[in-house]
Amino acid sequence: MLVRPKEGILDPQGQAVERALPALGFSGVSNVHVGRLIELDVEDPSRVEEMCERLLANPLIEDFQVERPKAGRFGPDAPRR
Amino acid sequence: MRFGVVRFPGSCDVDDALLACARAGEAVELWHADRDLHGADAIVLPGGFSYGDYLRCGAIARFAPVMESVIEFARDGGVVLGICNGFQVLCEAGLLPGALLPNVELRFICRQVELEVVTADTPFTREAAPGQRLSIPIKHTTGRYFAPDLDAIEDNVVLRYTADHNGSARHIAGVCNDARNVFGLMPHPEHAVDPLTGSEDGLVIFRSMAHARVAANA
Repeated sequence: MLVRPKEGILDPQGQAVERALPALGFSGVSNVHVGRLIELDVEDPSRVEEMCERLLANPLIEDFQVERPKAGRFGPDAPRR
Repeated sequence: MRFGVVRFPGSCDVDDALLACARAGEAVELWHADRDLHGADAIVLPGGFSYGDYLRCGAIARFAPVMESVIEFARDGGVVLGICNGFQVLCEAGLLPGALLPNVELRFICRQVELEVVTADTPFTREAAPGQRLSIPIKHTTGRYFAPDLDAIEDNVVLRYTADHNGSARHIAGVCNDARNVFGLMPHPEHAVDPLTGSEDGLVIFRSMAHARVAANA
């Protein structure tokens, strides 16, 4: 799940990163926003949205987006590294 | 009048909250894993870092066993005060409107601030006068109050900062629910109950709660 600050909500973390990048010579960067990535294995994927609404995100201040990769980065089916 | 002060793992202002409550009535400590409110007439959710504030401040604590009873108590009209982390827990539990976001400056702020009492028509401020100024400290990193529709909650505002400290919308420092029996604030009235620490102005909150209870019994 990708959890991000809702559009229009002041995101000082994103602003701080946006100010820091030009200082390192990375110019032309705008609209920086910092969110959160939550990874999990789940037996019943149909309830993932409900998990986000009830706990993983606060719908008042955050949007979430669910991605369902075939194999996670962890666990028995994870691709070998 | 018996205050019940909840201790979650990571709560760090329980002792001061108990002391402040004891100056207005009787104070007992409640444990997060215990659903029993032990006969408390009013509940206080204190400041700190419940469950490490993992995920979001207050997000895990709202599902603590004791919170099932606190939510039921509040729905039945019981008086519930949330201070700092307790305010965050009440917002996460949906008992209060809005949410607390990281301070605009992304820094921990610890300072004595001036507050304005917006309304005395609550069980938490009935001993104060509207417009009265209170000197009470704040100490938080995640205290920027936000609500999606600020006009809709204008009647819920109980306390405002008289200056900007953390980027809170409309300088909001504390809000109550529509029924006015649940109140949360970021400043710490329990740290302002003795001249030794600079101010006794926080006592008005606890005395108001105690008198509200006495009035309800009369």
